[in-house]
Amino acid sequence: MSRPSDHFDSPSPTPESARDGGSASITQPKLGVVGWLRWFWRQLSSMRTALFLLLLLALAAVPGSLVPQRSSDPNGVTQYFVDNPTLAPILDSVQMFSVYSSVWFSSIYLLLFISLVGCVIPRTKHHFDALRSAPPKTPARLERLGGFTTRQADGDSSAILESARTILKKSGYRVRLFQDARSTSVSAERGYARETGNLVFHTALVGILVTVGIGGGFGYAGQRVVVEGQTFVNTLLAFDSFNPGRFFSDDTLAPFTLRLDKFDATYETKNLNAFGQPIDYSAHVTTAEDGKESDGEVKVNSPLKIGGSDVYLLGNGYAPTLTVKNAQGDVVFTDSVPFLPQDANLTSLGVIKITDGLPEQVGMIGFFYPTQDVGSNGAYFSSFPEAEYPVVTLNVYEGDLGLDKGVPTSVYSLATDKMTQLTGGKTGIDSIELKPGETAQLPNGMGTVTLDGIKRFASFDIHRDPTQAWVLVFAILVLGGLLTSLFIPRRRVWVKLIENADGTGVTLEYAGLARGDDPRLNDAVAEIADKHIKSLPTPAGKTTTTNPGANTPDDA
Amino acid sequence: METLEQYSILLVYSAMAIYALAFISFALDLAKRSSQMKAAAAVAAPVTAELVGASVSGRGGAVDAPAVPAGAGDASGVDASRKRSVTLRIGVALTILGFLLQLVGVVLRGIAAGRVPWANMYEFSITGTLLIMAVFLVVLIREDLRFLGTFITGLVLILLGVSTVNYYVAVVPLPPALESAWLVIHVFVASLGTAFFALGGALSGIQLLQNRREASPKSRFLNFRLLDTLPDSVRLENLAYRINIVGFVFWTFTLIAGAVWAERAWGRYWGWDTKEVWTFIIWVIYAGYIHARATKGWRGSRSAWLALIGFAAVLFNFGVVNVFFKGLHAYSGL
Repeated sequence: MSRPSDHFDSPSPTPESARDGGSASITQPKLGVVGWLRWFWRQLSSMRTALFLLLLLALAAVPGSLVPQRSSDPNGVTQYFVDNPTLAPILDSVQMFSVYSSVWFSSIYLLLFISLVGCVIPRTKHHFDALRSAPPKTPARLERLGGFTTRQADGDSSAILESARTILKKSGYRVRLFQDARSTSVSAERGYARETGNLVFHTALVGILVTVGIGGGFGYAGQRVVVEGQTFVNTLLAFDSFNPGRFFSDDTLAPFTLRLDKFDATYETKNLNAFGQPIDYSAHVTTAEDGKESDGEVKVNSPLKIGGSDVYLLGNGYAPTLTVKNAQGDVVFTDSVPFLPQDANLTSLGVIKITDGLPEQVGMIGFFYPTQDVGSNGAYFSSFPEAEYPVVTLNVYEGDLGLDKGVPTSVYSLATDKMTQLTGGKTGIDSIELKPGETAQLPNGMGTVTLDGIKRFASFDIHRDPTQAWVLVFAILVLGGLLTSLFIPRRRVWVKLIENADGTGVTLEYAGLARGDDPRLNDAVAEIADKHIKSLPTPAGKTTTTNPGANTPDDA
Repeated sequence: METLEQYSILLVYSAMAIYALAFISFALDLAKRSSQMKAAAAVAAPVTAELVGASVSGRGGAVDAPAVPAGAGDASGVDASRKRSVTLRIGVALTILGFLLQLVGVVLRGIAAGRVPWANMYEFSITGTLLIMAVFLVVLIREDLRFLGTFITGLVLILLGVSTVNYYVAVVPLPPALESAWLVIHVFVASLGTAFFALGGALSGIQLLQNRREASPKSRFLNFRLLDTLPDSVRLENLAYRINIVGFVFWTFTLIAGAVWAERAWGRYWGWDTKEVWTFIIWVIYAGYIHARATKGWRGSRSAWLALIGFAAVLFNFGVVNVFFKGLHAYSGL
């Protein structure tokens, strides 16, 4: 069996009941275990099932675009739980927040691929046999076939036939000569690449699935925020977040370091329609691998390759450098703290936590405005993303930071429920406000805080996927296979030579058969006939009959 | 630069006006077909079936004539006059004029922006519709699909109308994420694929109407006389298939090119972003369409429905996912 039995081109099964004398009731033979398995396999590898699974796959992919997904939008999922407290757990129980790794989505595509393999294997075998066999015997009646046309010619029969054979061979046909009582003929077939392309296409799809499924487990992806002047060392602990594949081991991490020397951002200033829109981000870095240092650059659309990994520039922002001293003048905190951008003009939010050195633990929630401006309601905002007039404001909290129990907490958020607010908000005391170089007193005479300067930070995604080149290879095979299987016509052409009864020369019959979608079949047959007649030494005869005939369907 | 941008929009508006005239012209032709068929049927009625021949098996006429496909009989008077139809020729001429105006408008937009004119929703729309027109006109050279004129000019008019009113944005520079050669390739090929799907979808739609008429010539619902002047359902299906598979190849390339670009820009080649999901869904639907045509019981109407569903998904992906869905492909500029 080359194709599923319900393929359009497959012959209809012989009705058993008709041979049994047309008995009204059909008695099915009893199916054993093997019989049932065989039946199940036939069902699974049928065209109808494949089609059903394909459409089901399209349908099953829809909900993942309507509901936020954990893989691509984890914050959206958290927000969804807040917004829809009753619906969210129900959706979660049917894996709606991780549709593409859910049991039901996976079973659809796995079944589809099993069905596909069940179809491709027998087809490959069949095609392999076809590739090694010669074209089939010329049919007795050509006039029923596509593009049927006849011509008259004169001369040596074997030379005429030989000429047809040469023409067909030159046009890429595989040819074979036949002889019967009435006639001699050339049987020719071309376009085997159509089926090859079809099989390559489907096999490459399986290749992609297997490579993604198994190969993806060997890679990793990690994220890290680096402030200007800082150096990142490619070790597990240095990452802010890290997603290893299933088969990842620590020694996969190549020993390299990466220092962010300078981060440049360019913003539009001339076009008022796009004022402040980012034009370019460049992270200038120095990398070191095996003791060799080199300069590099990471941009949004051009990752840096190092140690078998790729370094991508994902985000950026400002990291004000703050120093806190206690009442005695001892430094209790000094660091460049990355503030996370909140809007297009980079109004940014950051958190400072001081655990030791002050009478109580102190937390500060800071806002950073690269170009500070005051709205009509007195609220601060940033009017341009470049640090033209940078201002930091700080709300100070005192109390328990919640760090002592060893529970991991985010460095970007402050749990204020066990703390007392000292400045800003409803306290009646203004927030601390600092420009670069300025120092302000902390409330209650706790000490001072200084804004030493403003640095840039870049957030990098460091990523290794050893199999993605293979995915690309398979993807190219998919495209190539698709092109060949859709646009190379597979057709059979026959040229039959019949000696005229009155001995006045020969009648030549030409006909073709499309194997798959072939809109040009009739033209092709006519072209071959014309070419053949033209190649003969004697003046050509004329067309007597034509049959703009059958065009059989495509295969898929 | 301001002025180039203004000339561009002016040209787009002019093209819309011309397309509107072309639309009227094509619509008049359809009306004429309908009345011609009525007249032909009236003439044919007293005559017996043998004279009726190919294309006249309309209502009220000799319905019992063997169901020879309409359009196959080029010799019939109705079809011969069709080739010379003045309204059709005016329609095509206006479409070409509109296309040229729009082409200049799109090019000026590109010059004004100093980059390819397909980087936000408004620009996708003007370039995408330009490609729909281009594909339609190029296919016209090989196949007489002028009967699709009303649909194509109508569709393009609606898309241009919506985009000039709702999506218009002034020229702005590219954000860093779009600074890539892949913008040129990926988005252009996606638009080209869309153009082929539009044409294929139109053919499949008419094929469905034709199927209905062939199956039940006396039915009242959606049974238009003018269908007799169009190719029969098998021919429509073959045409739709040949155009849809070109769209499918472009779509496959879009998917792959998009993955390559995503790997460069976002560090992963596939991440089930909403736009990726919908591109995938469309690909699977059209894969289903191609398989349906090779499956017994699915060839014909059922596969045509799939082509229509596929094109609906393409429109949804463009009009709804781009504007209302959250995701990384947030480049509508709105």
